[in-house]
Amino acid sequence: MFHSPSLPSPQTPVKTTCPYCGVGCGVIASGDGSVRGDESHPANEGRLCSKGSALGETLGFRGRILYPEIEGKRATWDQALDHIAAKFSAAIRDHGPESVAIYASGQFLTEDYYVANKLMKGFLGTANIDTNSRLCMASSVAGHIRAFGEDIVPGCYEDIEQADLVILAGSNAAWCHPILFRRLEAAQKARGTKFIVIDPRVTASCDGAELHLPLRAGSDVALFNGLLTYLADTGNFDKEFVEKHCAGAESAIATAREMTINDIAAPTGLDQHDILKFYSLFASTPRVVTAYSQGINQSSAGTDKVNAIINCHLATGRIGKPGMGPFSLTGQPNAMGGREVGGLANQLAAHMSFSSPQHIERVARFWKADNMAQRPGLKAVELFEAVHAGKIKALWIAGTNPAVSLPRADRIREALHSCDFVVNADCHHGDTSGFAHVRLPARGWSEKDGTVTNSERRISRQRAFRPAPGEAMPDWWMFAQLGRRMGWKDAFAYEKPVQIFREHAALSSFENEGERLFDIGALATLDDGEYESMAPCQWPAPKEGRQGGRLFGGGSFATPDGRARFIATRFGSVTETPNEEKPLILNTARIRDQWHTMTRTGDVARLSAHTPEPYLDIHPEDALRAGLQDRGFTRVESAHASAIMRVRLSSEQRPGEVHAAMHWSFTNASTGPADRLVGASVDPISGQPELKASAVSISPQTMAWHGLLLHGERLLKIDSTYWCRIAVEGGYAYPLAGANPLARPGETPGDDWVLGMLGAEPAADLTVYADPMRGVFRYALFREGRLIACLFVARDSAAVPDRETMAKIFAAPLPVENRARILAGLSLDGVANTGPTICACFAIGQTTISETIERSGLKTAAEIGAALKAGTNCGSCLPEIEKLLRAGNPAAALIQAA
Amino acid sequence: MSMHKKERLVLVGNGMAGMRTIDEILARDPDRYEIEVIGAEPHPNYNRIMLSSVLAGEKALEDIVLHPHEFYARNNIGLTTGDAVASIDSASRTVTTVSGRSLAFDKLILATGSRPVVPPLPGLELPGNCAFRDRADLRRMQDASCNGTHAIVIGGGLLGLEAAFGLMRLGMKVTVLHLMQTLMERQLDEAAGYLLQRDLMARGINVITRAETEAILGDKCATAVRLSDGRELPADLIVFAIGVRPNIDLARKSGLEVNRGVKVDDTMQSTHPDIYAVGECVEHRGMTFGLVAPLWQQAKICAAALCGETNAAFTPPANYTSLKITGIDVFSAGALGARDDGDEEITLRDAGTHQYKKLVIRDGKLAGAILYGEISDGPWFVELMESGRDISYIRDRLLFGRALAQAA
Repeated sequence: MFHSPSLPSPQTPVKTTCPYCGVGCGVIASGDGSVRGDESHPANEGRLCSKGSALGETLGFRGRILYPEIEGKRATWDQALDHIAAKFSAAIRDHGPESVAIYASGQFLTEDYYVANKLMKGFLGTANIDTNSRLCMASSVAGHIRAFGEDIVPGCYEDIEQADLVILAGSNAAWCHPILFRRLEAAQKARGTKFIVIDPRVTASCDGAELHLPLRAGSDVALFNGLLTYLADTGNFDKEFVEKHCAGAESAIATAREMTINDIAAPTGLDQHDILKFYSLFASTPRVVTAYSQGINQSSAGTDKVNAIINCHLATGRIGKPGMGPFSLTGQPNAMGGREVGGLANQLAAHMSFSSPQHIERVARFWKADNMAQRPGLKAVELFEAVHAGKIKALWIAGTNPAVSLPRADRIREALHSCDFVVNADCHHGDTSGFAHVRLPARGWSEKDGTVTNSERRISRQRAFRPAPGEAMPDWWMFAQLGRRMGWKDAFAYEKPVQIFREHAALSSFENEGERLFDIGALATLDDGEYESMAPCQWPAPKEGRQGGRLFGGGSFATPDGRARFIATRFGSVTETPNEEKPLILNTARIRDQWHTMTRTGDVARLSAHTPEPYLDIHPEDALRAGLQDRGFTRVESAHASAIMRVRLSSEQRPGEVHAAMHWSFTNASTGPADRLVGASVDPISGQPELKASAVSISPQTMAWHGLLLHGERLLKIDSTYWCRIAVEGGYAYPLAGANPLARPGETPGDDWVLGMLGAEPAADLTVYADPMRGVFRYALFREGRLIACLFVARDSAAVPDRETMAKIFAAPLPVENRARILAGLSLDGVANTGPTICACFAIGQTTISETIERSGLKTAAEIGAALKAGTNCGSCLPEIEKLLRAGNPAAALIQAA
Repeated sequence: MSMHKKERLVLVGNGMAGMRTIDEILARDPDRYEIEVIGAEPHPNYNRIMLSSVLAGEKALEDIVLHPHEFYARNNIGLTTGDAVASIDSASRTVTTVSGRSLAFDKLILATGSRPVVPPLPGLELPGNCAFRDRADLRRMQDASCNGTHAIVIGGGLLGLEAAFGLMRLGMKVTVLHLMQTLMERQLDEAAGYLLQRDLMARGINVITRAETEAILGDKCATAVRLSDGRELPADLIVFAIGVRPNIDLARKSGLEVNRGVKVDDTMQSTHPDIYAVGECVEHRGMTFGLVAPLWQQAKICAAALCGETNAAFTPPANYTSLKITGIDVFSAGALGARDDGDEEITLRDAGTHQYKKLVIRDGKLAGAILYGEISDGPWFVELMESGRDISYIRDRLLFGRALAQAA
């Protein structure tokens, strides 16, 4: 039934792959939590970024789902799976196959994806399986298919090292693909590779850039159309390549020419000189890579942006050759693997398409499936609209957090709330799991076994090296179980990932005479041991012929006629154009040290310090106009929601555009997810939502009080207008602010509120500081002498201590003499404890006296009196001082004895 | 040594303030005076404040001697003990002792101290009651602890509580009777007073507040006290500690101007130009003094004046108090609480460690401090009060003490 992977000892290093971005770095990890880069992995050659280095700290089981639950009650796997099978069967029986859906994840391993996809598209008879890759890669997939006939990334990472010019378009690689950016920096050092950043914001990736083009949100098509025109006008087309291997160039150029090069400055908001510098550098540098990411993809014109970029590479024949080509940087560790199996609703499987009846028939035959889906299913945004409309009766969500990450997150929550039956398989309790009727404990990184494919088509193994907590199981097993329980015992008889992988590889080469470049037939015959020890390998990997490497360099594309397609792209503005009422564009993006909705990285103290709060980044001019101050608060309103956020002034923002990180959610911040504010307009071809351009207004939000709560526990909700959760060593810090006064001047906040904030019982062991006139109140809660929580509140934000100062309070037990001092809100490092009082009149402690005796070599009580005043008033302590003198000064003791 | 005849200086009262004045004179001009000291107690000068510690068994009598006999001899000071001055003839500049000795003086220092206040209770004549003022009282209490079980201390102020603690340490069952609602109400606010009461009771000292003593009961000696509510409490020893009064009998008889105390000017000079006064017997600008810090200050000023310095003037230092009971740290200075709406209070309460701190802020300055349980910053608060510094800029950390307030 299920072959549990045999686990190495906790100290044995195991080669696996990082679960974060699409770079897909090799990691050597062991069960004891030690983690280092794998020198032998071609993606990273031993390097790891900040998140990867901290993987060992994410292995705790805090917040994990441990057992299956039905309606919040623990159940056995059998009960849960039977229940799900019955619900799915009933929905299909009563409402048809289109009434069920799976929403999966780029966090899935290829094997998980394969089984889910097979179950839905082959057996349940619907293609209603989409994944969070829709939010990440869908436009690239669509652009690739339009241009190349297949979803192919032509280049490989080495191209970045072999290029003379790298264009980072809509990519903050320094934070989002850090190791690739390290490789770029190394190339800059080694061979003088220049790079140009195209991004509305000044990002960390701009350090060392030849040029930064802070273009207006969504104007990339105009910029790259201009480049195409420039290349045509300056004789930089590779005429031979275009004529022999491409089609559609004329119409693409004609469309691009609708705007002259002089017209480009206006829509992009860029300086004409900068534009021309970019064009001329591109034109004059044969070895050029255009690496692009979410700034391109997450757009209502994402597919056009991708093709506008590819057009320029086709025009110059710079594709599939060393140091050249368009390069889509995927966001997730296995977004590529998902695309290989057909994890998106509009894909079939193994790069086959619903648009071809032969493909459908072929896959059906391979799967021995008699209930094949015949047409594409609902893409993520449409899918959840269908959930909202009550059309989806049974929904399985796995490995992703749509209640946070989808646009109009509030509406997604409504949809989940109203859905008849929601299954959530995940590692962590989170925003989405709260809506689930059935919760299933999934295995996570370090516990599961399978393969992932990175941005350069490289398949690597993820290996288990630790036991899973509770009853957690792999996602592929859950889907196979559902398939068996719904009647397809043979089709889902998998016992281990290698069986799935072999089948997946076999399908890729099934009746594939070179028509599909995705062919990993060579891997279909791996035996169990070979799979276990499989080294990272790049596809294509057909049974015979060339393995891996660059594609399309020779020009033969995956279209029926072997020609690449130029695509005529026309610039159009973002869907939500700013207006008088909503004058600003909200951009959302990742920050360096957090991953997705923070379920993993959010609990790691050292990853929380970089960007601790969900700030609204805003240019100082916009802030001045709106009356906002740095670290103050603003109410941000879009057409979809409003949120109160902390303001961070940043001259790195483009005036007119504000930015919020995508990571926070309703369970770690009062703001909720940034995607609440985001509209649901999608790219018409890829269905990828426009996550980076929502019209918003901002207004100052005054706060009656400010605060900081430090708590050992992971609180999911706090009674405060503004709050967020920040991991610190041994606990969490929660910055607070409240719109309504806590107490009138001279009065104190209500006990109920205070106890509630602290999670304290009425007779709790509390230390309380109160300055009612100034409105400063501070509390520390202890249990059995241990510090449980600290709360600082004040009318004046300056009276609230810095989180940084207080971040270590749970790191070590608090000495009893610091119980009260902790409420000073200051670092207690180096604050001497004076010891028991010796001189009561001048309150001089034993430690102080002894240290002074030692330091200054004092010999008499009179000298001590002169130095410290101790003993000079009532003199009661003189006998004790004499004793300390004798103890602290062996010579004096001798004299006394003599 | 100079050959001219020295002036004669007589100190009346061989106690702490007087002898500190002699120390100060010797430090300034050791050859200026021929000094005679007359003390009513039959001992060289000792530290009266430390009687509590001796009673508690924490110190021996020899530990508290400030000026042993050798001191007087070494400094050629004539010492008369066990003989009080009966009269001063300021015209002829002579003093006469109870035993009939006469001494001439050029300058005289009156340091007659104070007397315990004893209320006019029925039964006061019965043996078994005492005050807590001198070594004789100490002896009485020590003796009583050997023979009796129950001690009643009347007065829950500083001295009464120290007496109660000492008696408890001597094995007696001690009850403190206090007229007011909370202990040490002159130095502590209610919160600190309650904490103190709780901590004392936890140590086995029974405290009854709002207790009005009506009578001392007994046949041949005191055996009980009766309260106004009728309660009777067994008592083998009754200690009065409800306050002291300046001892001005001698001054009044000698024609010096007196009010509550012997009136002195800023140089500690009485209304007679050759007679000075220091210590608990004086009244300066309407104030009398019971704590040691102003006494030391007076000694310094008085010595300066007697040594011919003209610029010294007495300004009373800020009053502050600390209780000397092992393990119970209490400190109090200045205002006990907000006087009106303009005053502001900052408090810190730590139930777990029995800590309580309160600061009173007036016009942006520190006006008072009560510290209970952790008193190390008391002197700093006194310094801030005396300096009149604006504390607004350190207000949010002020209560946590000097080290933290000055940390950043």
